[in-house]
Amino acid sequence: MAIETTPGADQTQPAGGGPTEPGRPRPWWMRPAVHTGLIGAVIGYLFGHWMGNALSPDFSPGGSNYAAALANNFDMPLVLGYVFGTVGWLAGLGVFNDLGRLMLGKPLPDIEHAPEGGLAKYFRYTLDHKVVGIQYLFGMIVYFLTGGLFAMAIRTELLNPTNHIMSSSSYLMVVGEHSTMMMMMMSSVVLGPFGQYFAPLMIGSKRMAFPRLEALGFWLTPPAYVILVSGVLLGGFPTGWTGYAPLSIQSTPGMDTYAMAFGLMGISMILAGFNIIVTYINYRAPGMRWSRLPMFVWSMFTVSFLQVLSVPVLVAGLYMMLMDRAWQTAFFVNQLGGSSYLWQNVFWFFGHPEVYILALPGFGVVAEILPVFCRKPLFAYKVGVAGMFGVALLSWFVWQHHLFVSGINPDMRPLYMLTTELISIPTGFIYLVALGTLWKAKIKFEVPMLFALGMYFNFLIGGVTGVYLSDVPADTTEHGSFFVMGHFHYTIMGGLIFAFFGGIYYWVPKMLGVELNKTLGKIHFWTMFIFFNSTFLPMFFLGMAGMPRRVFEYAKNLQPLNVWASISAYLLAVSMIIFLVNFIWSTLFVRKRAASNPWNARGLEWQVPTPVPPENFEHIPVVLSGPYEYGVKDAPPMADLNPPVGVVAAAYAGAGVEA
Amino acid sequence: MTTPEATTGAAAAEPRHGLRIFLIWLPLAIIVDLIVWFVWYPHFPPGRMTDQAQGQQFDIAVMTVLSVPVLLFIWVYFAYALIVWRRRPGDEEDATPIHGNTRIQATWITTTAVIVLGLFVFGTVQLIVPAGAGAGEGPSPIWKPHVNQLLKVQVIGQQWAFTYRFPQFGGIETTHLELPIGEEVQFNVTSLDVIHSFWAYQLGVKADANPGVNNVAFAKPQQIGDFTVRCNELCGLWHGAMFNTGKVVSPVSFMAWANGIRDRETRAGVLITLPAYSLTYDPTQITSLGNTLKKVLGITGSPGYYYSPANPVQP
Repeated sequence: MAIETTPGADQTQPAGGGPTEPGRPRPWWMRPAVHTGLIGAVIGYLFGHWMGNALSPDFSPGGSNYAAALANNFDMPLVLGYVFGTVGWLAGLGVFNDLGRLMLGKPLPDIEHAPEGGLAKYFRYTLDHKVVGIQYLFGMIVYFLTGGLFAMAIRTELLNPTNHIMSSSSYLMVVGEHSTMMMMMMSSVVLGPFGQYFAPLMIGSKRMAFPRLEALGFWLTPPAYVILVSGVLLGGFPTGWTGYAPLSIQSTPGMDTYAMAFGLMGISMILAGFNIIVTYINYRAPGMRWSRLPMFVWSMFTVSFLQVLSVPVLVAGLYMMLMDRAWQTAFFVNQLGGSSYLWQNVFWFFGHPEVYILALPGFGVVAEILPVFCRKPLFAYKVGVAGMFGVALLSWFVWQHHLFVSGINPDMRPLYMLTTELISIPTGFIYLVALGTLWKAKIKFEVPMLFALGMYFNFLIGGVTGVYLSDVPADTTEHGSFFVMGHFHYTIMGGLIFAFFGGIYYWVPKMLGVELNKTLGKIHFWTMFIFFNSTFLPMFFLGMAGMPRRVFEYAKNLQPLNVWASISAYLLAVSMIIFLVNFIWSTLFVRKRAASNPWNARGLEWQVPTPVPPENFEHIPVVLSGPYEYGVKDAPPMADLNPPVGVVAAAYAGAGVEA
Repeated sequence: MTTPEATTGAAAAEPRHGLRIFLIWLPLAIIVDLIVWFVWYPHFPPGRMTDQAQGQQFDIAVMTVLSVPVLLFIWVYFAYALIVWRRRPGDEEDATPIHGNTRIQATWITTTAVIVLGLFVFGTVQLIVPAGAGAGEGPSPIWKPHVNQLLKVQVIGQQWAFTYRFPQFGGIETTHLELPIGEEVQFNVTSLDVIHSFWAYQLGVKADANPGVNNVAFAKPQQIGDFTVRCNELCGLWHGAMFNTGKVVSPVSFMAWANGIRDRETRAGVLITLPAYSLTYDPTQITSLGNTLKKVLGITGSPGYYYSPANPVQP
């Protein structure tokens, strides 16, 4: 589809051509939404389960045959049940309706002028990126809180080295659910809500490139959530989020939930990534040069490339795992000619870009927040962009540092040590940008700024400890210990989640049109900052003192530190409750209307009215200057929102694009 | 480090912020580094029981001494910025714009690159010189200790126990590890079922145990004492309880201990029924062991005899 270039009257013509929806909509229960999706999911699951039972031969466990001993005939019905259940859910939601319309030659609904109002649209498969962004926001908060509850259970079990409140199997189940849920959530926590909502707004576009893929991306996350949590009913899975084979092949059917849920989330990530890449390349407003893109856009852009290129590897690996489990192939079974190294390689080839998929959005959010509250241009913009690209590029060449002691390619370890340590150079760029921006600034301590500063503080500790882990001799002690736990919680929770909350306080006034309470926000920040550090700082010392990950029993002398971490974790949970109270109180009960530009920011997303109109911009804006020109005398506003008729077309014509 | 004096321009009365930050940072960094090196370093993990452990301890200390100034620089800068450049009440003006400063940027990039490349060279030397630094090096290690005599110890991981075999003592099998002081030890780590990881914390040895793979690591004990062995890779239900203990003893008492075990296992008929010593085992191929044997000495290792690989059911 061509870029719409002519402002004004032409825009009432829908993009897809042809007339819009028929005049009178059907009653709500006749239209596809969550309830029809649920019906579809149940029907699909039952069908798949029946089909799996019909297909799976009657394996007899035991005996001397290794393959037969590993087999059981519950996997296939479960896997097929989940597959068809997901398809049924999507069909019930109406994901395939437009496809059907297209095939029957019927007109497609208008994307940009979604006429729908009210709350109902949030429970439907909608094509408005702003609705999808808000769906993501709430969906990811649900993910985060569920994962957090599992974390509370972990910390409770670790209060005592020998007295257990959980059986060892429940403990592993809780560990697996916590880690997998958090990893699935983190990869979409910024890219979902803020990426989808603000991607077109920040580049002056009226729409995303592929609104159907975008909505599909979100609507894959609820089945992923339900499937993962359903693992609890099946006894969970014992492998944590890394799913190492052959343990994963040996495990009971709970393991299938891991593979299915993570795979669905993976597909969702790929779709979101494609959409964002194409949108940024093709839908920038005239004048939105690459050199004027906001940092958040750059971070989304680089992350999308990482997702599109790395997640297929994960999905392929999970597919092999499911084949091994349900169809008795032997990709990962050493005794049958497979290799346990294969999974480690495939998984970390995805897994290491993945951890930068979790880091880069955080860099983007804080780089967006910093100039606004320093009232200064971003220092060394190009260095910051280069930093993001450097991190994204190098993240492909480091995955073997997860296998430093595994015995695979031992002679390559110096190379992976080098590449891993090199990543700290582009990461340092991000810090240079921060230091330079703070220089002689006029810093305003609003809540988003506090979270941004907290992110810089935490990520520094996470980054420096990462250098410890990259050094093979030091890593020999630290590998797989609580030191690693401390390290990645500092980068992911201390980095990304702090940035996420900064983003919530910064952007929710635009997204939901209400102000969040500032006092509660500050209390939330300080409790979260203090108890986050108090929870995860001891983990470095626990790991150094010899505590491996994922154990439910540990040495007696480590109990005081563990109790300290557990109590801090509870207080961290209290801090999350403060956030929830603030969020619910401010959005549901107080509902103080937010100004359309409460932070007095230059960014394009702040120049549109609140609530954002369905078509974003009345006319396609013409971007006149960069997003961070604070304090620059005579700097024009970032964009002309009402360009004279013909200017946009002329701009495109000048750029050699057909108008 | 040169101090940033960007965009001084007409503001001559302005204090020299960069110099101030530098003067706060430098003594602080020196003091903390001295404390780290002289007070904290001797207590760093994993101790000095082997030369490998000592090397790791040295690595961790060097990196701490390097990271302290980096951390302190950022923290001092942030603290200074947040205090000095906070917005005064009533000031609604924007700050003076600075878009960049080539000299500062170049200095920053060069400094970080030098630190990182230095760390890489240091880490590589520290990996190669002490024969792989105690980490698993795969079946054919390229960095080996230059000695003729090595004590070979096989570590067999299975759900959820470690057992040890000594090929130089007739392939005896134990569930407790004793090592002689002053002798290079070669650990051959393998597994019978899923991936485990042999982590002898005080020895500074960590090597994954993959089924069907021999993973070699080296260590040279240099202190007498006890050490603990834990499984470091999630291996299922009782991963958290998979540990046992060992001792570094004098060569004389080691010989007495090993020969004693050999006599005992010969008398009880264990050595005959154990599978021949091999670098890897396939538990599905070993069926010869009799039912009564495990009750004799509690041997659980290389025969993989306790259960078929799919049993007990996970998790």
